[in-house]
Amino acid sequence: MCLAVPGRVLEIEERDGARMAVVDFGGVVKDVCLEYLPDLQVGEYAIVHVGFALQRLDEESACRTLELFAEIGLLQEEFGDPWEAAAAAGASAEVQR
Amino acid sequence: MKYLEEFQDPELARVLLEDIRATVTRPWAVMEVCGGQTHSIIRHGIDQLLPDEVELIHGPGCPVCVTPLEVIDKALEIAGRPEVIFCSFGDMLRVPGTDRDLFRVRGEGGDVRVVYSPLDALRIARENPHREVVFFGIGFETTAPPNAMTVHQARKQGITNFSMLVSHVLVPPAIEAIMTSPDCRVQGFLAAGHVCSVMGTEEYPQLAERHKVPIVVTGFEPLDILEGIRRTVRQLERGEHTVENAYQRAVRPEGNPAARAMLQDVFEVADRAWRGIGVIPGSGWRLSERYREFDAEHRFDVTGITTRESELCRSGEVLQGLIKPHQCEAFGTVCTPRNPLGATMVSTEGACAAYYLYRRLGAPAAATATAAATAAGAVPPTALEASPVG
Repeated sequence: MCLAVPGRVLEIEERDGARMAVVDFGGVVKDVCLEYLPDLQVGEYAIVHVGFALQRLDEESACRTLELFAEIGLLQEEFGDPWEAAAAAGASAEVQR
Repeated sequence: MKYLEEFQDPELARVLLEDIRATVTRPWAVMEVCGGQTHSIIRHGIDQLLPDEVELIHGPGCPVCVTPLEVIDKALEIAGRPEVIFCSFGDMLRVPGTDRDLFRVRGEGGDVRVVYSPLDALRIARENPHREVVFFGIGFETTAPPNAMTVHQARKQGITNFSMLVSHVLVPPAIEAIMTSPDCRVQGFLAAGHVCSVMGTEEYPQLAERHKVPIVVTGFEPLDILEGIRRTVRQLERGEHTVENAYQRAVRPEGNPAARAMLQDVFEVADRAWRGIGVIPGSGWRLSERYREFDAEHRFDVTGITTRESELCRSGEVLQGLIKPHQCEAFGTVCTPRNPLGATMVSTEGACAAYYLYRRLGAPAAATATAAATAAGAVPPTALEASPVG
């Protein structure tokens, strides 16, 4: 959760009084708030954390990082089904104390 | 175990490692603050590629790990109420409270929902005006701006059935606490890159000066980390202690001014307990007086909770860099990711989980590395031989 993931802005619109974007994270598409980077434009890349763009990033760095995250499974961790992950990890197992 | 050949640019990694090796003349202990960096280090075997003189100490930079047990128990208490829809990031589901976790609360009928963004929780509040929607607002300076904006939007949109259980922690006071501990061995810091993307680097020069400790702002890709270590070691060898930014593509000195302004409006600095470590003065944020009506602790009566930590778990010592995960007696035996005693084993960013995941179970590292390298048909060059862990 504390890692931020680079993404590319596909569309921008005003929604509920906030500047919002549709952002592509290597194939996964999410809504992202642009209130902290209001001059970000379609086609640009930014570091996005829990649905907020926090800092601009150049395309080359963004793509390299996305590639690395995909390779080590971080994109799955960020965008996969957390209930499945929790169940698979044995969340309901009795904790020994 | 990963090898140099798996780095994005093995040749550059080799050059950086050679430079570190040529620079270092005596032992140094360097702490990486961010849990994401810890995972990258362990996964790519960076600690084993470094010369023996350079020891990496894992820091407390995992928000899930350091959220205090009392706050987890408060979350579980609130999440179990029938009128509440409790929203959380997915990685909090399995963090053990005193006697259960959020996953269990949901199994017992609690309406626990996982959201990708805090704004999703606000949408749920809009869609469910007759329920109380509570968002679990944890994290470091990177996560705080989204949470601050969400509370700000709740007020702007007149949403009254939304509140936040806030447990934000701050990196600079944690560095201060680590440096003033009598057991401190840390001589240099790799500062967390994404925290600095928001907060900038302005707080660090005085820390570096006060404790005569180099601080290098570092990303979390393997080459970023090697470059951060290279710069730190170079400073240490020269007797310098300045702040360097080795992550310029994502960090500007002023950080993100819009985010910082919102943080200042919505939050105020407070003392904060860190799980396994204890209270660090001025190390957290809580909602400021102006936003008190959105404070879940203010809205729900969650006083009188009695917490009980595992007696076996030594995650506090792991978080402070005093022991390595496999030096805990419970590591890998009674404590595993399937059956975690402490949050450092639960969270994917926790040091214990990293050691477990990448099979650092306490066997002599050099032997393990050599055996694995042989099995993989790859013998590392002499200059890149593994160094012992721990």
